[in-house]
Amino acid sequence: MTEPARAREKHVVATLAEMPPGSRKLVTIGTREIALFNIDGEFFAVLDRCPHQKGSLCKGQLIGLVESEEPGRYRFSRPQQIVRCPWHGWEFDLRTGQSRVDPSSIRVRPYAVEVTDGAALKEGPYRAEVFDVAVENQYVVISL
Amino acid sequence: MLDPANSGIILRRIRNSNEFVVVTTAAPTFAKAPASPLPAGGICCDLHPGVQSNDVLLPYLEDYWADTVVQRGVHALDTIGYPVNAPLTCRPDWRIAGAKPGTSLERVQADALDTFGLSHAIANCIYGVQLLFSEDMAKAFARAINSWIAAEWLAKEPRLRASIVVPTQSPEFAAEEIDYWAQDKRFVQVLMIVMDEMPLGRRNYWPIYEAAARNGLPVGIHAGSAYKNPVTPVGWPSYLVEDYGAQSLAFQSMTTSLICEGVFQKFPDLKVVFLESGVTWLPAHLWRLTKFWRGMRSEIPWVTEPPWEVARRHIRLSAQPLDLPDGEAAAATLERICEHMRSDEMFLFATDYPHWQYDGMQALPAGLSQDLIRKMMIDNPRATYPRL
Repeated sequence: MTEPARAREKHVVATLAEMPPGSRKLVTIGTREIALFNIDGEFFAVLDRCPHQKGSLCKGQLIGLVESEEPGRYRFSRPQQIVRCPWHGWEFDLRTGQSRVDPSSIRVRPYAVEVTDGAALKEGPYRAEVFDVAVENQYVVISL
Repeated sequence: MLDPANSGIILRRIRNSNEFVVVTTAAPTFAKAPASPLPAGGICCDLHPGVQSNDVLLPYLEDYWADTVVQRGVHALDTIGYPVNAPLTCRPDWRIAGAKPGTSLERVQADALDTFGLSHAIANCIYGVQLLFSEDMAKAFARAINSWIAAEWLAKEPRLRASIVVPTQSPEFAAEEIDYWAQDKRFVQVLMIVMDEMPLGRRNYWPIYEAAARNGLPVGIHAGSAYKNPVTPVGWPSYLVEDYGAQSLAFQSMTTSLICEGVFQKFPDLKVVFLESGVTWLPAHLWRLTKFWRGMRSEIPWVTEPPWEVARRHIRLSAQPLDLPDGEAAAATLERICEHMRSDEMFLFATDYPHWQYDGMQALPAGLSQDLIRKMMIDNPRATYPRL
């Protein structure tokens, strides 16, 4: 007998009001520390632990994706969507968690983030250890 | 390696006086370590024909330049990198009475080709063409040297191959020289020196790499300086041993330059062969470069894989001098370097004739696996030099 797939746990980690574009927040879910970013209105979350030596990515600089077709030519895209570890500068794609320095073998765990109305949250199961969810507000929710 | 037991000088005090007599117990000798047996048919990737003086080049210089050399009294382009009488410059048993090291074809045949049972040896003529300040004079000398090599060495000894000497003062002239001699299949490589006017990865030099790549030739980069920059990053040293020791620093910097400036992305089929570079610095330097590339790779986004991977694919090194520990640890250390690089295809056998790097037949340390010896002497050179 197979059990039904367990629904992902939703964790309310911030109010939308406290996370304007350009802001970031270190959030804790259980034992996990997660770096949460609002980049131009889009939310990204990754485990706050660089796979190299556990530097805090939440303290990292946000840069764009820099690629090249040949020496001396730079292709710049997705501004701010790459986080650099503050310790040794390793780059991670906030969308996928993949490292830019060795994409095939190094990555940081990304988490799904969404913005949800308080009303919708009231209906389904969620955890909000530090919030009282109000129907009229919007919240940032990380799914584990 | 001096053997202290056999080289001692003893001061013996004369009884009842304050005077001493000097007693030399024996002439200095060198500790003997058994050499690895070498298979027949090996390929020496670094051998140096010597230029006795500009006189031998006169028949191969254009008329104007031949006349200029005579009229101005242009002296031989020997450099302070290899002073003629320095021990490094020539092994004692390879010296030629009354002539400069490496100037005799018969001696090259006897001392190197026959003694080591070689099928081929690549002649790298280290003459100070890169030291000249005139592009035109450098072009004339490069053409003369290549013509002299073809006529006086390659035409007379079928086991010899050669590298194309190029006037790097003008990359355009250098590319012309490459295209010219590439028609002659006995020229198997382009020859540069590790300390030229600027870091070798700079785009200034790319016409040279482009010409090498389109002719399917590796670029050999030999120890040596054009002496247009100090040989250490902070200025000039006082002694020859410092100059020679600094060569491996230059090779490290050029490894960095070639990789970071994107030479191997631009010319993906290009192989670079470091000649007389030493080898044991390689993994440590690449660990360092790879470590910092991880943090700064967005500066050089064309380098999309760890630098040590790029090096493993594109760089080869001649295995003399072998900067290994003495004695039994030597072979194990060289094998360990291969493990570090995850490759036994990077090192190429070289006698480095006539330079004094070892004695007797000890070109490879005792105890090296026969598999690695065969790779270094035969398989790796053939893979590196398609024309062999």
